[in-house]
Amino acid sequence: MSEKYVAAAYLVVFVAVLGYVVIIGTKLTRLEATLAELVERVRARG
Amino acid sequence: MTFFGDVATLARKDLLLELRARDTLPAMLLFVVAALVVFHFALPGEAGELAGLGLLWVAILFTALLGLSRAWVAEREQGVLDALVLSPADRSAIWVGKTLSSLAFLVLAEAIALPAFWIFFTNLDAPTVAGVLLADIGLCSVGAFVAAMSTATRARELLLPVLFLPLAIPLVVGGVGASVVDDPGRYLAFLGLYDALFATICWASFEYVVTE
Amino acid sequence: MLPPLAVVLFATAISLIFFWVPEDADDPAQRIFYFHVPIALTAYSCFGWGAWKALRLLWKRDERADLESYVAIHQGTIFGALTLVTGSLWAKATWGQWWLWSSRQLVLFLVLFLFYCAYFMLRFSVEPGPRRANLSAVYALFGVVLTPVSFLAIRLAEDFIHPTVFTRDGPQMTASMFTTFCVSLVAMLTLFATFYSIELAGKRIDMRIRELREALS
Repeated sequence: MSEKYVAAAYLVVFVAVLGYVVIIGTKLTRLEATLAELVERVRARG
Repeated sequence: MTFFGDVATLARKDLLLELRARDTLPAMLLFVVAALVVFHFALPGEAGELAGLGLLWVAILFTALLGLSRAWVAEREQGVLDALVLSPADRSAIWVGKTLSSLAFLVLAEAIALPAFWIFFTNLDAPTVAGVLLADIGLCSVGAFVAAMSTATRARELLLPVLFLPLAIPLVVGGVGASVVDDPGRYLAFLGLYDALFATICWASFEYVVTE
Repeated sequence: MLPPLAVVLFATAISLIFFWVPEDADDPAQRIFYFHVPIALTAYSCFGWGAWKALRLLWKRDERADLESYVAIHQGTIFGALTLVTGSLWAKATWGQWWLWSSRQLVLFLVLFLFYCAYFMLRFSVEPGPRRANLSAVYALFGVVLTPVSFLAIRLAEDFIHPTVFTRDGPQMTASMFTTFCVSLVAMLTLFATFYSIELAGKRIDMRIRELREALS
């Protein structure tokens, strides 16, 4: 009976870690996009 | 001017302002008595005397919050705080002065609240009153400090309860313990410890709250 | 270097927990304990590290320490939330209730969680700058003083709130349990270190990009 609580506890930690990784990944993509845009601007300036 | 001279001047200024405006203290008095009446209706019949004592502490806590939310308003609106910081006074003296004036208001409010509690609910013994006084010191020192922090924010007074309540929990434990338990010595000692520890850290770090 | 290390440690910990350590007959939900306590200890470490960085900010005027302190406390709050959730699940599994006021560690964590949530409310209510850094640092240091004082208060409160005191990890740990616990603890701390360095790097890059954008427009 208590196995489901054990499983739930580990699942929660796993989901939290996964969620955090996803958030970091999204932020990184956004940063790369911003950086690319800025590089373009510098090039356009000549 | 000496440290204590500055403190006395600042505290006296707050008390004089209140004497003229007469807004904070009457509000606190009315609030605490009204709260006690509300508690009567909030306690089921069999709740007993101990529940009443616990609620006394809730009343004190929120009355203190009420008074503290107004503590730095005058300084902020008139830009006095910057002037005080620029003056040669020790920055911590500003905090001590504010603590003392808040303490005066709270004790005056309790001078009415405690007899009211006596009449409405149950007897108050010496350890309870000692606990109230010791806890007041902690409430006002930490409260004045945290109120200064919240004044510097956009949310201002909205932030004060959020910052203040977690810090006030040990005081409630000490106070209720002193009121309720047969051997209140430990709880009074704990209140003293809290007061000493937090007054020290407040005094040491107030400088950073009011400067950049 | 850190992320692979964290993964390896985690895999080791989980293997030990599920395949090596003998199950405790008295406490079938014991396995949660191998995660719950390391997460709690890691959260304390996060707050401690945040307070250390706060001290460096105020004392040594190290401006970089503001961000470092913030990230550490942010991590601490995440681990703190996980502590409360895993602790609640463990309470339900072992004692049948979702919350135990008689568990000192859980109650202390709740108080500290409230305190550090307020940290974010404070921080986001002030414009970025030295003022915000100072206020955040002072608040973080208050947390360090509040932790032992709250723990003492909770212990004292037991006398008049709950006459029955629930003591945790009463039975002695066997060697295998202790080893597993230690591996799990190191895994959690490494996870914190990994997330901390990633989040810090991310925020610093964010700042530099913002500066760059302003310089270009």
